[in-house]
Amino acid sequence: MGYGAGWQEDDEDMSSIMGLKAKLGLDVFKEDKEFHIKIKEGKEKDTRLRKAILVCPAGLYSENENGEVIISVDGCLECGTCLLACGPEVLEWNYPSGGAGVQFRFG
Amino acid sequence: MDSQSSEQFDAIIVGGGLAGLAAAYTLASAGLEVLLLERGDYCGAKNVTGGRMYVSPIRELFPDLWKKAPLERYIAHEEVCIMDEERSITVRYDGSELNEEPFQSYSILRGKFDKWLAKQAERKGAMLITKSKVDELIIENGKVMGVIAGGDELRANVVIACDGVLSFIAQKAGLSRPAAAKNFAVGFKEIIEIDRSILENRFNLEGDEGAARLFMGDVTAGKFGGGFLYTNKESISLGIVVGIDALTQEAPEIRAPELLDKFKQRPEIARLIKDGVTAEYSAHVIPEGGLKSMGKLYGDGILVAGDAAGFSMNIGVTVRGMEYAMASGYYAAQAVIKAKEKNDFSQASLAAYETLLNDSFVLKDFKNFKESLEVLEYPQLFTHYPKLAGNIMKDLYSVPAGSKPRLFPTIKKYMSIGEMWGMVQVGRRMMKI
Repeated sequence: MGYGAGWQEDDEDMSSIMGLKAKLGLDVFKEDKEFHIKIKEGKEKDTRLRKAILVCPAGLYSENENGEVIISVDGCLECGTCLLACGPEVLEWNYPSGGAGVQFRFG
Repeated sequence: MDSQSSEQFDAIIVGGGLAGLAAAYTLASAGLEVLLLERGDYCGAKNVTGGRMYVSPIRELFPDLWKKAPLERYIAHEEVCIMDEERSITVRYDGSELNEEPFQSYSILRGKFDKWLAKQAERKGAMLITKSKVDELIIENGKVMGVIAGGDELRANVVIACDGVLSFIAQKAGLSRPAAAKNFAVGFKEIIEIDRSILENRFNLEGDEGAARLFMGDVTAGKFGGGFLYTNKESISLGIVVGIDALTQEAPEIRAPELLDKFKQRPEIARLIKDGVTAEYSAHVIPEGGLKSMGKLYGDGILVAGDAAGFSMNIGVTVRGMEYAMASGYYAAQAVIKAKEKNDFSQASLAAYETLLNDSFVLKDFKNFKESLEVLEYPQLFTHYPKLAGNIMKDLYSVPAGSKPRLFPTIKKYMSIGEMWGMVQVGRRMMKI
């Protein structure tokens, strides 16, 4: 079972991000009932969140035209790097429900 | 399962990675009633390794395991490669001593290994429930009494928190210190499948021999960290580990996944993975804070093991974690077995865990290497010295169109008083490791 939900191609950094999307497409993901990572309300422009754009190995964070950091949680590898870099003050971070999220076959 | 299970387990283990599985295996072998809860579809589903386990320090703790364990290749060829932008210098270590049994380390894939270890634990009588995430601890009068998972209350004399590097369970029990980014690195890697005979030819491997290669310098754009390559049976684990603070605070600004793309494009690497097909992309955080960032390892009715306890260590050419995870799971189980004999699961009784760790290689290593992170977190090691070494090699090896200058003055020009003083300082730092 691959990743099937269809990636949104909305980033300026197209060539490398496309490679990343293709890579994430190789992984097995199982859908969760709700998003397990949320940007805390009112913190979208917090400078701490910009770190997530750099550190996320899956490239899930980006900045929109309003200067807000947004996350597309599909494709999350559940590493926790964003939580450690940005802190729990700006991110609400949980693991996905049992049996949901990425299921590594090799690891 | 009933919403209010009346059964009382000897131990509930949160997380079916190596620490949790080692604890479950050991407890079940001693006849204790043990329940392990794993949030993935199967044990190993949420676990990632760079690629190598050092079996030597834990071989005797699990004497029956290794013969049939699904390990990939024993590491018989070690390389360290210093990368500058357009050149690299490699030191290789191999020979007959690395080919003598028992082998000290193996490449490993967690999807296979953890799944197998889970089966061994079940065979010993441990009860495993997958797809089950622990949401809360049951704490009564300051003592951990069990867990809540998917709305079910599950009770035990002891909870062993093996829930991985983010250590949410230990936090809920008030044991761990607040996580600081400087104590963590992020690793991300690809599994690149490749025909077995091509792999063995390319890496000069005979039979089950394997190769381990570490890369430093330009591979992380000079940031604290490095690249790694391990050969598995029919695939290559290729990835990057980089300090989280280094990514956000040190120039140049670069997104983590781009480091791996650039690494793969380097000619030294591109030819090694040629004709390979990427099968999986994974990422994981690594605790590197060592002894200084470790929280408390036990409380009333609770023990912490594996990555959750911070048991992972980077001392340059050896980067270790999985054997500490398995050993800490084993010693946590031993402490629980002792506590059960006395029927005393208080903090004072469970303190035996720390005593066991202190007497074992686990905390001895962490004490021996307590300075290593600070020593290695020295930007010049990843920027200046790789370039300097490259410059010297270039001058030594180059034959220009005209005459070649004498070697000694060529090298000497790099060795200003300031440079040599810098090297003395680096030497002094290194002596702390």
